[in-house]
Amino acid sequence: MSVTVLLFGILAVVAVASGISTVMSRNPVASAMSLVLHFFTLAGIYLTLQAQFIAAVQVLVYAGAIMVLVVFMIMLLNVGREEQMRENPGYRTIIGTALGVMLAFQVGKTAFTDVAGRHVLPPGSAVTGTTEALGETLFKMYLFPFEAVSLLLLVAVVGAVILAKRKI
Amino acid sequence: MSPIAVEVIIFLIKAVLIINGLLMSAAYLVYFERKISAWAQNRIGPNRVGPLGLFQSFADVFKLYFKEDVVPKLADKRFHLIAPVISIGIAIGVYAVIPFGDSFTVNIGGAATKIWLAVTPHVNVGILFILAMTSLGVYGITLAGWSSNNKYSLLGGLRSAAQMISYELSMGLALISVLMMAGSLDLTEIVHKQAGGSWNVFFQPLAFIIFLTASFAETNRTPFDLPEAEPELVGGYHTEYSSMKFGLFFLAEYINMVTACAIMVILFFGGWNAPFLYEALALPEGSPLLALTQFGVMAAKMIPFLFFFIWVRWSVPRFRYDQLMSLGWKVMLPLALANIAITGVVMVILKHFGIIS
Repeated sequence: MSVTVLLFGILAVVAVASGISTVMSRNPVASAMSLVLHFFTLAGIYLTLQAQFIAAVQVLVYAGAIMVLVVFMIMLLNVGREEQMRENPGYRTIIGTALGVMLAFQVGKTAFTDVAGRHVLPPGSAVTGTTEALGETLFKMYLFPFEAVSLLLLVAVVGAVILAKRKI
Repeated sequence: MSPIAVEVIIFLIKAVLIINGLLMSAAYLVYFERKISAWAQNRIGPNRVGPLGLFQSFADVFKLYFKEDVVPKLADKRFHLIAPVISIGIAIGVYAVIPFGDSFTVNIGGAATKIWLAVTPHVNVGILFILAMTSLGVYGITLAGWSSNNKYSLLGGLRSAAQMISYELSMGLALISVLMMAGSLDLTEIVHKQAGGSWNVFFQPLAFIIFLTASFAETNRTPFDLPEAEPELVGGYHTEYSSMKFGLFFLAEYINMVTACAIMVILFFGGWNAPFLYEALALPEGSPLLALTQFGVMAAKMIPFLFFFIWVRWSVPRFRYDQLMSLGWKVMLPLALANIAITGVVMVILKHFGIIS
């Protein structure tokens, strides 16, 4: 068994466990911290796929910035333990279970269908994951979509500011 | 021995050396902080334990170890326990990618093995890794504040979360202008680009000042130590911590200071480059003595910055919270963005006239 497979195994187990813990935790902060751990293990899995830049950015953006804001909000609002979540379990449980079963079916179907060479990284993938290669692709081949997305984000920021602070 | 076993053993030795070195340097930094503060306030400072009080820090650590560890009754026990561990773990984890010199060659079992003076050398995303790790450091403080179940602790934790997110932005943007010049995220590569006295600080003084200010905020040092402002918040996020758990937060703060200084030296002051020194010594490439000299140069460059950190703490008063926020968002962020634009324009012009490639 190669080191990569071993690492993937460990990371995958931790990722799934932390994912389950995110959903099952009664305590909102514990839930958020499980999600942070989950993002961290995802970054590790990206590393086993030779995608260094994505791995670093995953930790930097999701675990380091977005989840800090989530934790900040939980603490600031002092969200109690599962506030009023148990009032009407009816339709939530049914829809949730249905979606979960669909997802499990899809994942199982993909996992047990054997495609030749799926577990082997394509040649040259050690280069495509680096920052240089990603930058080349992003700013040469996909420049317009990149700029369009950045414009979209700018509009979202302006919209958020207008909604939150009407008097500036 | 198989090559992979040799790799692993070298890696472990490097890790043990760096962790112990860091803990020692943090201990002596505490001693220097006390000595310098005494000097700033016309006192003598620690002078009882050992010659000149040099063993004071060890006495402090032993004292902390033997103190009673009090956990508040209504605290969240799990997070109260892991918060200091997160703090110290992340503070040390950053050193995985920080280089202290080039490589030297030794003969292991008949094969010439190159040993780099970094735990994992030549990481393609070196700087991003450091930024990612330091951005996680906020969890240690925030969780400590929240899990203590104390209003002052919680306020300290929230302040630190807001402060660190705000200043991380300017810090990252200040780095971008340096990265644009270096053309690499690999720290060793950035140091090599600055060979021959072309240190980045001469080309990017604004980026350096922004980075310096932001690193004061990131390490929670005065004038940005609002998360633990004593007059307002008792002790801030570590109010409810005692014994060695408090000691770990203390150590993490000093290790973060060393980290900030190391990054500043690497990015702005040429790392282990030194004018005329290596030519004068004329040591052969790959000799352990050369690597040792490089390490010495790097350490010598870090000391003035460490002194500066301590000096500022004992001379400058603390900011108010709104001043801190408006400085971060309204002054440093626009300046860092402008710096990127100016760097880009100048680089394009210089490239047009063929001055740089």
